[in-house]
Amino acid sequence: MIRRLACLLPMLALIGAAKPTLVPDVSQRDIDIIYSFTGAQLLLFGAILYPGGQKPGPNDPPSDIIIVVKGPTQSIQVREKQKVAGIWVNAARMRYRSAPSFYAVASSRPLDQLVDDRTRAIYEMGLDRLQLSPVSSAPASEQKRFSQGLVKLRESSGLYYQAPHAVEITDGVLYRARINIPARVPVGKFTAETFLVRDGRVLAAATREIYVRKSGFERFVARTAQKDGFFYGLSAVFLSVMLGWGAGALWRRF
Amino acid sequence: MDLYLPVANLSVNALVIVLLGGGVGLISGMFGVGGGFLTTPLLIVYGIPPTVAAASAASQVTGASVSGVFAHFRRNGVDVKMGLTLAGGGFFGSLVGAQIFHLLQKTGQIDTVIGLLYVILLGSIGGMMATESIRAIRNTRSGQATRARKRRHHPLIASLPFRTRYYASGLYISPLAPALTGFFIAILTTLLGIGGGFMMIPIMLYIFGMQTRVVVGTSLFNTLFISATATMAHSLTTHAVDIVLAALLLLGSVTGAQIGVRFAQSIKPEYLRLALAAMVLAVAFRMALGLGWRPDEIYSVALS
Repeated sequence: MIRRLACLLPMLALIGAAKPTLVPDVSQRDIDIIYSFTGAQLLLFGAILYPGGQKPGPNDPPSDIIIVVKGPTQSIQVREKQKVAGIWVNAARMRYRSAPSFYAVASSRPLDQLVDDRTRAIYEMGLDRLQLSPVSSAPASEQKRFSQGLVKLRESSGLYYQAPHAVEITDGVLYRARINIPARVPVGKFTAETFLVRDGRVLAAATREIYVRKSGFERFVARTAQKDGFFYGLSAVFLSVMLGWGAGALWRRF
Repeated sequence: MDLYLPVANLSVNALVIVLLGGGVGLISGMFGVGGGFLTTPLLIVYGIPPTVAAASAASQVTGASVSGVFAHFRRNGVDVKMGLTLAGGGFFGSLVGAQIFHLLQKTGQIDTVIGLLYVILLGSIGGMMATESIRAIRNTRSGQATRARKRRHHPLIASLPFRTRYYASGLYISPLAPALTGFFIAILTTLLGIGGGFMMIPIMLYIFGMQTRVVVGTSLFNTLFISATATMAHSLTTHAVDIVLAALLLLGSVTGAQIGVRFAQSIKPEYLRLALAAMVLAVAFRMALGLGWRPDEIYSVALS
């Protein structure tokens, strides 16, 4: 990978734009879910190209990188349990039109040291700045309670997280970060947005796409279960009858 | 050994699931029950979504009952006509059950309903089984022979119209009674992923007054039918049957069941029933705690 990046370096001299640009890449463009899938680790890396090849000097403000990885958005319903007549039941709910199924933000320094709240809100940097678009006319305090509940729930299963020091920058030019994607993510298009931040301002941004999909047998099973329930059900029944009968027949010989 | 479940969308330790199936199979072989009442809660505790757990547990019940049905057929212990009447009602029951499941899922109450039904059903039946088996043990200890119950069906059953003869069961009753029983038990099968044998057998014995010889075989025959129908109903409506999960459970449970059957022959039936009652009550107690205690996660997410 280092060699690959080294090839990019001569390009620095060719770029003459006034603003720095980003050349991002990911270790895997496609994540295939197969039987042994227990999650994936993505390596996001790239180079910062400065105009005229001029790296900022030691007295200039340092460059920082923020990487936001988002999974496909889902329309979801969050339910809240309350104690009713002695038992805990789902009593209240809130609908969200487009909540990301996965969200990770990695940065070279804690987010609040890099950018102000407005910038964070614009680029959805940080778990408290997610745009979840609730479908509700409930008071703001209630909406906040629900979105905090959702974020906490997904944090505990590794679906949402922030990693404040996860981006390493080498020589102010090369950066890299590892993002863990758990096995529970849905399939679909993931986006990795990389932001170059200096002096509280976003100077450059670049996006890469990653496709997570089931492949082979897992793909076949999931598709059949959704699309051809009758055949799927018959196969499940057949499998159980054959296994039950086979074990019985086998054991009777002893 | 980690294995990805394509419908549940998560990865599990295959060995744990096979052992879980094996343990349930052992119990189902020992006590002649399907074991679904244990599979579903255990899977939920392991972290499988309740819908997938209930849907996939039904196919484990099918596998566990198959070899039992064959064994009972060989010694003429199945009243096929009675079994088909039950299964006929059960067919409609599982369709209705799947609709109820879908509705409860949409309103978000499925977990609570599954929990409540478990507590009520298992609690009451476990309690009855425990008192009955303790009485039986006491009677054998004091050398008193247990009075045989007069085999007579419930007056309510006798009042139903269209009577027909069930030769193997020694009954002349309306087919409506078994059909309705099959209907309601199939609803529970679809909702809870249980076979319902532990409810079916007492009803057959004490309400229908069936010949004891055919009770277990016929109940298993019905369980086989209903659990297969429930699997079909789930495949068509909730799409939540995970065939990989089911296969893992089956691998364990069919083996466990065979060991259980052999093991059971060396234990007195009263003690076996008492042990089953204790287990049923333990599951009911655990589910009751789950309902009453503050859960770890107040919030839950469902796709809409």
